[in-house]
Amino acid sequence: MGRVEGKVAFITGAARGQGRSHALRLAQEGADIIAVDICEDVEGTVYAGATEADLAETVRQVEALDRRIVAIKADVRDFDGLRKAVDDGVAQLGRLDIVSANAGILTSPSNAENFSDETWNTMIDINLSGVWRTAKAAIPHIKAGGRGGSIILTSSEAGLRAYQSAAHYVSAKHGVVGLMRTLALELAPDMIRVNSIHPTQVDTDMIQNEPTYKLFLPDVEHPTREQFAAASQSVNALPIPWVESVDISNALLFLASDEARYVTGVTLAVDAGCFLK
Amino acid sequence: MGRLDGKVAFITGAARGQGRSHALRLAQEGADIIAIDIVDQMDTVPYGMAKPEDLAETVRQIEALDRRIIATKADVRDFEAVKAALDDGVAQLGKLDIVSANAGIFSFGAMEELTDAEWDELQDVNLKGVWHTAKAAIPHLRANGGGSMILTSSSAGVKAVQNIGHYVAAKHGVIGLMRSLALELAPDMIRVNTVNPTSVDTDMIQNSATYELFAPDLPEEERTKDVLGERFKTLNALPIPWVEAVDISNAVLFLASDEARYITGVVFPVDAGQLIK
Amino acid sequence: MGRVEGKVAFITGAARGQGRSHALRLAQEGADIIAIDICEAVPENSYPQATEEDLAETVRQVEALDRRIIATKADVRDFAQLKKAMDAGVAELGRLDIVCANAGIGGTPNRAEDIPEDEWTNMVDINLSGVWRTAKAAIPHLKAGGRGGSIILTSSDAGLFAYQNIAHYVSAKHGVVGLMRTLALELAPDMIRVNSIHPTTVDTPMVQNEGTYKLFRPDLEHPTKDDFAAAAVGMNALPIPWVEAVDISNAVLFFASDESRYVTGVPLPVDAGAAIK
Repeated sequence: MGRVEGKVAFITGAARGQGRSHALRLAQEGADIIAVDICEDVEGTVYAGATEADLAETVRQVEALDRRIVAIKADVRDFDGLRKAVDDGVAQLGRLDIVSANAGILTSPSNAENFSDETWNTMIDINLSGVWRTAKAAIPHIKAGGRGGSIILTSSEAGLRAYQSAAHYVSAKHGVVGLMRTLALELAPDMIRVNSIHPTQVDTDMIQNEPTYKLFLPDVEHPTREQFAAASQSVNALPIPWVESVDISNALLFLASDEARYVTGVTLAVDAGCFLK
Repeated sequence: MGRLDGKVAFITGAARGQGRSHALRLAQEGADIIAIDIVDQMDTVPYGMAKPEDLAETVRQIEALDRRIIATKADVRDFEAVKAALDDGVAQLGKLDIVSANAGIFSFGAMEELTDAEWDELQDVNLKGVWHTAKAAIPHLRANGGGSMILTSSSAGVKAVQNIGHYVAAKHGVIGLMRSLALELAPDMIRVNTVNPTSVDTDMIQNSATYELFAPDLPEEERTKDVLGERFKTLNALPIPWVEAVDISNAVLFLASDEARYITGVVFPVDAGQLIK
Repeated sequence: MGRVEGKVAFITGAARGQGRSHALRLAQEGADIIAIDICEAVPENSYPQATEEDLAETVRQVEALDRRIIATKADVRDFAQLKKAMDAGVAELGRLDIVCANAGIGGTPNRAEDIPEDEWTNMVDINLSGVWRTAKAAIPHLKAGGRGGSIILTSSDAGLFAYQNIAHYVSAKHGVVGLMRTLALELAPDMIRVNSIHPTTVDTPMVQNEGTYKLFRPDLEHPTKDDFAAAAVGMNALPIPWVEAVDISNAVLFFASDESRYVTGVPLPVDAGAAIK
């Protein structure tokens, strides 16, 4: 019997990276999945956005585990689209227990005073307001189930401390902590738990790109993956450059499962000791 | 008009360094002072501690400001001695408004190498001594109808530094003690806060033993203050190696004054940004 | 000699309440003031906004202290307006040393899932992005001065922990902490310090209105100020219902002055112990 057997999980940003990993890990343990992703490039980001083919691949891999999945193209900046996706998913899969608000972006590094209004607003709209919209779309379904539930917000190490040249990202990810704490208080009477996860660097497309390398190595003209690995490792206490998506998924699985039935309002760092340093 | 006119402050570890600086800064703003210091060497402390003539110099400087001071040799590990010195000071100066629990020692060693003697002596001074100071002061502050207690913790009270685990544990403990005192004493309008300095330019760090901790790779003759300053600078966000004692005193003064009349339970770093690095 | 003699301070939301109090306290200690305020109603706010007469009254009171003030109607949601007001003020007064990003709204209470889209985005745009825009407009002037400087961001106790029914406010105020930490890191090399202040309830029009009363006393149809006071006192450790604007101003003054020259990256509660309760 799986650790989340019979439950249904809603995951944003599920076409690849951490989101796909969460879908697979929860499906391995018995959950059915409602997956959304923008499947488009987002203006200002420094890496190619996920595609519809990526989302289809997530579907293929979940179905290969003999679990059901409803996958829909939707943007966390558009509440109506998001709500329609969740409503459709719940209509098909019958319930909602788990929410992973995972969708997020990273843009080119800049000093705080040099970000444009557009770049700043897009970041806040996706990485903070998009998390709120995800919760907003999901809460009525979880409440309607009357069985409680678990909402997991993906924040970041940058939700606990600052990094230079990413003021918009740090502000949004700190804001997610405030949102998590408020939701945890408001939803506690319904036994709906809300927690946030704070990864250090995760080995995904969002960080494995030259502009992100330059965030860590501003003085190197064309930093390589190897140079980034060394710089990345220097911020962690454990002697590793980054964690894998599955490490975040394992933390998410614990919080999603009944093993964590009385854990709420917690900021859980999965950070190789980064916060200590 | 001074910012502390007519108030009386009790300061531990007042013979030199931060303690003397606090006494002078508070006296400049109108406070009378009750001062204690062990003025003796302790077995596990790897640098020279204050001497009776240091405490006499503090007295001389306070009296040069035309303020009154009652100075007594007393060890914060000995509650009866602390109480006797404070009771005597209050009897002579009439009341008590402000407490600066400043006395502390420093030693170092990796966790698996520290001796019981090093651990115990440091906890006794840096944690139990702070509790003794508060315990002796509370009846006088209650009788006074309110007051302000400032406990000296450290940036190591919030974040670990290697090879001083006993110091880190004690300084974290001081924050727990502060929060407990702040809650218990709030109904009596007695406020309790910590100040959390980064490295301060005093004898506690400017000594050959501490230099060795920061520069084990250099031969002793190359461990100059300038060279060590560069090492210390890497700890801070602001481009400075250490702060001066008066910077801590200015924070103590703010917390002691009525300008901070509604501030309690607060961890107050004076740390050149060390904690956000 | 005043504690900020000869310095120039930029203050947002300066028409009344905490903003006016900051202007007066800094002017009393020798600073000249650049003041802005929206002086207009903000939709969905449950209390009347400041007016142009309010801003004129701030001007009158600062000038009565024999200090100069340049006051402009401007909205923190509009960077061009902010920059124009800032640039004109600095041109007139000759320099910039201190920034108080104080402008903010309280919003209307709602469960997270019931907050309308426009109220969420407006809240985040004013209380988080508006703070960023304020810093963005100020940083070039602070850097150009070459004398360092001090930026003080007004967050809230809601920037440290959650209150129910104001998820948008809590998220924005947590985000301000992330922004403060990033700015503190980025600006440390220029000796520009950045800190945040976290007030509990302050006795200003933003809280003294029936909308806020009902947030605290949902059980009453028309709660009065006394009903609110009885509920508010329960949030604080000190036995008081709220602090006065001048208590926040005294903390602003400490951060603005050279007494805190090495204090940066610090979230300072002025909260009557609410955070430790």
